[in-house]
Amino acid sequence: MAAIQITNVEKRYKSLRALDGVSLTIEQGEFFGLLGPNGAGKTTLISIIAGLNRADSGTVSIHGHDVINDYRQARMRLGVVPQELVFDPFFSVRETLRMQSGYFGVKKNDDWIDEIMHNLDLTSKADVNTRALSGGMKRRVLVAQALVHKPPVIVLDEPTAGVDVELRQTLWKFVARLNREGHTVVLTTHYLEEAQALCNRIAMLKSGKVVALDTTSALIKRISGSQLVVDLGKGRLPDGLKALVSHPEELVAGGTYTLRVNAYPEVEPILRALREAGAVIEDMQLKQADLEDVFIQIMEGEK
Amino acid sequence: MTGFQTLLYKEVLRFWKVAMQTIAAPVLTAMLYLVIFGQALEDRVHVYPGVSYTAFLVPGLVMMSVLQNAFANSSSSLIQSKITGNLVFILLPPLSHLEMFGAYVLAAVVRGLAVGTGVFAVTAWFAKMSFVAPWWILIFAIIGAAVLGTLGLIVGIWAEKFDQLAASQNFLIMPATFLSGVFYSIHALPPFWQAVSHFNPFFYMIDGFRYGFFGQSDVDPVMSCTIATVFFLALATLAMRMLKSGYKLRG
Repeated sequence: MAAIQITNVEKRYKSLRALDGVSLTIEQGEFFGLLGPNGAGKTTLISIIAGLNRADSGTVSIHGHDVINDYRQARMRLGVVPQELVFDPFFSVRETLRMQSGYFGVKKNDDWIDEIMHNLDLTSKADVNTRALSGGMKRRVLVAQALVHKPPVIVLDEPTAGVDVELRQTLWKFVARLNREGHTVVLTTHYLEEAQALCNRIAMLKSGKVVALDTTSALIKRISGSQLVVDLGKGRLPDGLKALVSHPEELVAGGTYTLRVNAYPEVEPILRALREAGAVIEDMQLKQADLEDVFIQIMEGEK
Repeated sequence: MTGFQTLLYKEVLRFWKVAMQTIAAPVLTAMLYLVIFGQALEDRVHVYPGVSYTAFLVPGLVMMSVLQNAFANSSSSLIQSKITGNLVFILLPPLSHLEMFGAYVLAAVVRGLAVGTGVFAVTAWFAKMSFVAPWWILIFAIIGAAVLGTLGLIVGIWAEKFDQLAASQNFLIMPATFLSGVFYSIHALPPFWQAVSHFNPFFYMIDGFRYGFFGQSDVDPVMSCTIATVFFLALATLAMRMLKSGYKLRG
């Protein structure tokens, strides 16, 4: 049974189609990335999964439990880290986590709370009021709150936005461990290198539609081969090479050109063409395509 | 604890942690009313035979404090959670609309009764009080607090900013409590305003509550209790429909 089953979900805000018929199946144990530019509908989709928002049409279920008709079972199986840095200024970290356990009906949860706090480096802040914590620490508390009831499905909505390197590493280590232990993880992020390193499958959203859905490696393979980046200074690219440019705007801007190469033997003819045209190469690098290139290509292709 | 118990506990803890503002302050305000109005009107106003004006005023002030603070508790808790965004901690867990309703309203009743007890404890010294029907005292205090706790919940769900909440407090709750016979018997009013007062549900709560002390009232307490209960059930139905549909809370 799918961890999250999303079927034909639509959501409108007046004239804006925030979600335009989204269907996705996320299997148990996946580390799933939900990517897209701002306003693509990622947070709206997560809100609908979490029951914080209601779809105009379509259904969402968690482990087979509909998020509206069978919301108790669905929510027991779901842990959500919201994007906004929210906290309850009345309580300490430990009180917050005990309270959150109680809302889920989990009794005597202190052992697990201690373990979560330990894994997120929160132990020293256990008795500090959440109001007095730094932004990064508040983010950790939000992650901890999402985990108090040991949900099999964990959704993180941009958990590393504005977060320092140390927390990002702590967080990913912990989340990766939870994933290895069998938890399904759904992640939205603007850091594509994070998504590439962590997610085994990715959906890209644009204007409320799924525009790409594949395994991370298959998505990267979509950009065949590599890219040769040459900086010609004031020189212009010879006409014969213009067909290879991956970003058309570079032909206007001049200077640096990114050229598609399928295999290494294709590099030498390019260099020869440049030499024969009298261009001087000021800098050059051969880049492997990464998720960011795929992302840009897909988003531009959808314009 | 269950989800319901936890939410109730959290709601009680929330006002208890700032008891100076949520309990002590309204107690002081009520005492000031008693001292000032009691002093000024003691010899001029007699409502029921054998009951001094100050004694008449005590239950009115107690009930007014119960009502206003029950309203303040649920409404301010909700609007704060909505504006700071931490309402999400309550919306993500599997709490039903019934559990949310029960926890918010019960916490409001606890706050109302705590303030009411405090007001009574400091004002009762100023007059000779009697307790003719203590059960009526308790019943009206609980129903009154539940009605206003529910009304606070509805306003808290509806309001999007503090301004709207303050407006409903100042233009709805304050006038309705002041014009319900806290400071006077409605028999002292001209016939037109007497008739108007009968459309104010707060009037029945205060009148019935006062009956518990003096055994005298403008309206039969059974009638008052029935009207207050019907009013509560109507508001509770509305509040639960709002919670169930996710009105203004879920997208």
